[in-house]
Amino acid sequence: MAEATTTRQPLLTVTDLKQHFPIESGFILKRQIGAVRAVDGISFSVYPGETLGIVGESGCGKSTTIRSIAQLYKPTAGKVMFNGLDLVNASKDELLKARKDIQLIFQDPYASLNPRMTVRQIISEPLTIYSNRKMLQPEMTKEEIETRIEELMERVGLNKAFKNRYPHEFSGGQRQRIGIARALALNPKIILADEPVSALDVSIQSQILNLLNDLQKDLGLTYLFIAHDLAVIEYISTRVAVMYLGIIVELSESRDLYHNPLHPYTKALLSAAPIPDPAIERKRKRIILTGDVPSPIKEHKGCYFYERCPMRMEHCATNIPPLHQVSEGHEVACWLYE
Amino acid sequence: MSKKTTKQFDNMLEVRDLKTHFLTDAGIVKAVDGISFDLKQGETLGIVGESGCGKSVTNLSIMRLIPSPPGKIVGGEIFFEGQDILKLSESELRHIRGNMISMIFQDPMTSLNPFLKISTQMIETICIHQDISKKAALEKSIDMLNLVGIPDAKSRIHNYPHQFSGGMRQRVMIAMALSCEAKILIADEPTTALDVTIQAQILELIQKLSRQLNTSVIIITHDLGVVAGMCDNVCVMYAGKIVEKAKTEDLYAHPAHPYTFGLIQSVPRLDKAKNGRLFSIEGQPPNVIDLPPCCPFHPRCEKAMDVCRTQYPPTKNLGEHHEVSCWLYTDDQERSNG
Repeated sequence: MAEATTTRQPLLTVTDLKQHFPIESGFILKRQIGAVRAVDGISFSVYPGETLGIVGESGCGKSTTIRSIAQLYKPTAGKVMFNGLDLVNASKDELLKARKDIQLIFQDPYASLNPRMTVRQIISEPLTIYSNRKMLQPEMTKEEIETRIEELMERVGLNKAFKNRYPHEFSGGQRQRIGIARALALNPKIILADEPVSALDVSIQSQILNLLNDLQKDLGLTYLFIAHDLAVIEYISTRVAVMYLGIIVELSESRDLYHNPLHPYTKALLSAAPIPDPAIERKRKRIILTGDVPSPIKEHKGCYFYERCPMRMEHCATNIPPLHQVSEGHEVACWLYE
Repeated sequence: MSKKTTKQFDNMLEVRDLKTHFLTDAGIVKAVDGISFDLKQGETLGIVGESGCGKSVTNLSIMRLIPSPPGKIVGGEIFFEGQDILKLSESELRHIRGNMISMIFQDPMTSLNPFLKISTQMIETICIHQDISKKAALEKSIDMLNLVGIPDAKSRIHNYPHQFSGGMRQRVMIAMALSCEAKILIADEPTTALDVTIQAQILELIQKLSRQLNTSVIIITHDLGVVAGMCDNVCVMYAGKIVEKAKTEDLYAHPAHPYTFGLIQSVPRLDKAKNGRLFSIEGQPPNVIDLPPCCPFHPRCEKAMDVCRTQYPPTKNLGEHHEVSCWLYTDDQERSNG
């Protein structure tokens, strides 16, 4: 797997992406008194056909990363190269064209579908938007769009007889399927999935994970997949990036990360994730981190994980460790491995 | 801890054939439909199930906190130290709530009053249940906050809830729940809103404190990993009924009910290599409105027989406190009678 990814051209390359949200003070004369450093300089590549998983705790900047890539926020700094186009500096028209290939699936299947639209309208909306601008290739007639809706519904496991129903008539898992069908409508190259299964029940979660896997195999999709559940990330991903406070602390092949975690934060995260087997669970030794995640407003002079790290050294307080390669395809940002 | 009980009861809590129904315009929702279980002193019991299976309603029924109308406890008995909670008056109930049985709610963000300081809220709780001065109650609150690991509790107690992080708020909730030395602690999804590293901290805290104070604990969760690490016994609920009840080790090693088996199988696991598709239970959880008297799991069950479609199965004892409600474990005669 490692050799295959290094020789291929990446589909998406993110270089030193920063997304800061200003904090303003004052009523009339507003001035910036600080910034929430949601994403604070991250770089990675996504190769065609793979799934890159991003894992981390709430507030670590996973969702912001995805939104910055899709240009839903204007990044503070950095570059997002997709298919040879820099999305950050792209014109409106170029962006519209590129977005056809970048689609999103959201976390909350209750909030991400318009309750006043029928399933048919929801799934066809991306098609009609591009069709009205004559940007669909090939052009589609009304009838063709109708067939495409039915095809998509069947593809994601929904009964096509339900196409005139409203979202409230469906359960959480079925709604997530509607969201997936909408994302597939334009035949995208990459799907950015923001916690697509975390709001679902266990038995439904496995159905959706299987569906996403099947779609990837059949349609050759590339996923950028966010989750906070480590077991889900391990199951779905080819490679995994671990985020903490807006930076990537470790990036590795999925198998390698779980068998050989390097960063103290990754180790703690893995040991804290419960395993559904009492025999193993009772014998495991946990690394319990003390304290909470620090505020993302603070500017860091040393390692971002310094306050909570059980292995911290003097050196870590004043020097930020760069992300560097320790073995084939395994990168870590920690002074322990310099 | 001082022993206040004069009489020792084998079972702190006995729930017998509890039925809680909701009368809605669409029909009767049998949220909890005839469940029975025991809770021994010092025992940790897990109640597992997917959303809508009635696990939270079970526990709200124990506290008699079901909103009425539309909810109503239509049958059954709940014995707390030999006393039927369902027959108590509102003032007698107030003596039990918080004092004898206390509860930790799922969402630490909404279960504290945002307008009141933590100190005010904690002192109020203690003063209602114990005959001590406000000053003594404040001392006690600070002790409790120290016990649950809030750093600098003496000054932090005068903060407002929004000044605390999610994990710390949940710890405040636990401190409040434990401040009256309740004999039973009901934790309704105590860690669902929290991150894994914080989850590990909170679970360890509940475990440590329950051992120290010999409190019985009921943990309601959908996370099979949490149950595996924490609980002595487990009840699996589906559509308002307990379908399987067993010791934790037993349940994971030999799940008897097809639903339990599916639930355990469908969770991706960190410690197992991924091999192809995840096991998944097809279909959706049933609508509990006007459920016919059949096995509610039969439309999703691979092993469904004719009798499953017409009759609810009897509860069978498989030995060693392992009980299951499934027609698979009955003999031919029982099936034909059914």
